[in-house]
Amino acid sequence: MNRRDAIMRTSTLMGSAFVAPWLGSVLSGCSNTAEEKQAILEAFTPEVKGLIAEIADTIIPTTGTPGAKEAKVQDFIADIVADCFNEKDRKNFFGGLTDFQNKCQEANKNPFEKCDEKQRIEFLTKMEQEGKDYKEKNKDNKEAPAHIFGTLKSLTLTGYFTSEIGASQALEYLHVPGKYEGCVPLKAGQKAWAT
Amino acid sequence: MADLKVNLNLKSKQQNTYDAIVVGSGVSGGWAAKELCEKGLKVLMLDKGWNLEHGKYEEAFKKPWETKYRGRITDKQRQSHPFLSRDYPYNEHSEKYWMNDEDSPYAEQKRFDWYRPNIVGGKSIMWGRQSYRLSEMDFEANAKEGIAIDWPVRYKEIAPWYDYVEQFAGISGQNEGLPQLPDGKFLPPMEMNCLEKHIAGKIKANYKDRVMTMGRVANLTQSINGRGACQYRNLCSRGCNYGAYFSTQSSTLPAAMKTGNLTVRPLSVVSSVIFDEKTQKATGVTVIDADSKETIEFFAKIIFLNGSTLGTTLLMMNSTSNRFPNGLGNDSDQLGRNLMDHHFRCGASGSAEGLGFEDQYYFGRRANGIYIPRFRNIAKNDRDYIRGFGYQGGASRTGWQRGIAEMGVGKDFKESLIAPGNWTFGMTGFGECLPYQENRVTLDKNKLDKWGLPTLNFDCEFKENETKMRKDMMNDAAEMLESAGLKDIKTYDNGSFPGMAIHEMGTARMGKDPKTSVLNGFNQIHAVKNVFVTDGSFMTSAGCQNPSLGYMAFTARACDYAVKEMKKGNI
Repeated sequence: MNRRDAIMRTSTLMGSAFVAPWLGSVLSGCSNTAEEKQAILEAFTPEVKGLIAEIADTIIPTTGTPGAKEAKVQDFIADIVADCFNEKDRKNFFGGLTDFQNKCQEANKNPFEKCDEKQRIEFLTKMEQEGKDYKEKNKDNKEAPAHIFGTLKSLTLTGYFTSEIGASQALEYLHVPGKYEGCVPLKAGQKAWAT
Repeated sequence: MADLKVNLNLKSKQQNTYDAIVVGSGVSGGWAAKELCEKGLKVLMLDKGWNLEHGKYEEAFKKPWETKYRGRITDKQRQSHPFLSRDYPYNEHSEKYWMNDEDSPYAEQKRFDWYRPNIVGGKSIMWGRQSYRLSEMDFEANAKEGIAIDWPVRYKEIAPWYDYVEQFAGISGQNEGLPQLPDGKFLPPMEMNCLEKHIAGKIKANYKDRVMTMGRVANLTQSINGRGACQYRNLCSRGCNYGAYFSTQSSTLPAAMKTGNLTVRPLSVVSSVIFDEKTQKATGVTVIDADSKETIEFFAKIIFLNGSTLGTTLLMMNSTSNRFPNGLGNDSDQLGRNLMDHHFRCGASGSAEGLGFEDQYYFGRRANGIYIPRFRNIAKNDRDYIRGFGYQGGASRTGWQRGIAEMGVGKDFKESLIAPGNWTFGMTGFGECLPYQENRVTLDKNKLDKWGLPTLNFDCEFKENETKMRKDMMNDAAEMLESAGLKDIKTYDNGSFPGMAIHEMGTARMGKDPKTSVLNGFNQIHAVKNVFVTDGSFMTSAGCQNPSLGYMAFTARACDYAVKEMKKGNI
């Protein structure tokens, strides 16, 4: 598959229920070959990253400090899934993302990016409950693949709170503390240490 | 022509001849090099790894957001490092410091986690730095209980050497006057935080036989020997530009270099010790250059083997001769046997909700925790297992990570994670493992590594004594936390495979009788008087204390003995 094809097919993902087959074709085959790596990267097209950015920014929005999208959490998630996940987990991630989008379409008659804030929060809350129930149901099955919401949430929090914005603006980051004090009274509005 | 060739050979032999060769440059190798150089010997220190230079730790000052995967390893690295990638020490920050499993494979009859560094400095760069003395109880235990063989050394012989190495390495900690964990020459201890102080007070009040003390750690709480004090960044394993923790690079290497007597040769895979049948001594070592794969011989009067427990064992097994068909110095058939590690990864944790510390926090990232020295089976053996365990642990307020398990998304959720979370305390036991003859490595001459050397085959497991001990390791922890008023106490046992604690030891044990041990009480091979083994392989039993400080002390003592013997003409 060439890049142009990939983008076109990804665009289909945004509004259609008929998306799974292309993901299968991208992700089958052996990981870590140059070809495979290219294919994985192509799956993180601007559209897919855009969707992930919107989900992440709903989990960690802009408040007094910038949110997940501005902290480029979508790039972090893409890097982790492309390079650190094994083939099975990667496949499961894209399958889960497709399922996520299909369910959103069903519930809101719109893909996630086109939902308003209230719909997004409601939908993510529903997905979180679904993930929790799934985990409970599979608690004795160590081989059960991860639920997409749990993966997205944990990568969003990790990506955000270890980003420059998350660590040094939302939280407080000390590069070289220089000393250790075991008991320090908490100041009003004290933020947690980033690390 | 023949004369010329002989002359050339003589010249190259002269160039490659030193007073002493030290194989390995980690905690014990660095000490051997320093001690021998300071005693005036010309020393060649060899290491398989690349030359990591002090102050050039690329990862040391990286901020969290400056690493692409925030510490994770890639799937590709997982595949090229199938053994290493099973646990945390192999990560995005340290991955260049470790051996590639594909270059040096090994076989497991049962799972064994073997952490092999690939740098000058060895594991002294990545080590956990907890530094405890063995006690008289530990040296006597085997003889008293009829386990394995007796140690040929008692505490009073090694105590002055502990004093000596502690003062040079810089160990911070608190003297407690406990027979099972002797006091030492310490720098001021680090501080406990509020919850730790509370729990330490409660343990003291509730138990006559238990003490919670600050971890004794090879991090400087004050500047010594031109090295900087700890800056409380807690990124030690990346390498420390301040030299604030003990490593070869920060401590022993500069001292050895200062003498002008040291030559370091990185990328040197030592394949065998050369044994001379006529003199019954070793004459040198054979090295394969890790890059060019060229074979070179180096010669010396004395040889120290410090290639880490299993590296040294492999080297000795691969050093065969008519005199030693089963490996250098292996008359006893004990080489490769009695492999031990500590078992850990079980204990308890709890929350301090309602104890009144909500308005308290801490400043800085302390690269250390608390320690509860062994308290079981001390006055008498009254458990269903022998020996015992100590605890490491610490208190902190939870951070953003708690949000992964908590339900919630959106603004309020984000704001809740920005505030410091609840105080929690966790502790894990480190238990002694007995020496078992059948826990061993053997040499596989059919499966070769990248340099054509045979590889190791592991057959090692924790047994009944360790398994029974783990119940106390969990339950005693939970009971202490409960009596200190903690809530929501959870016990855990995440399982522990040998090797995971990276305290592997025992495969060339010391003893009084050459029939049942490889080394004598001065770390000298019984039957090869000019070869000394002072890494973890000499350990006759494991204790439950983190062992590296002991390797330093035994190394310094062995160097002192070796040079005295040399001067007497005995070597």
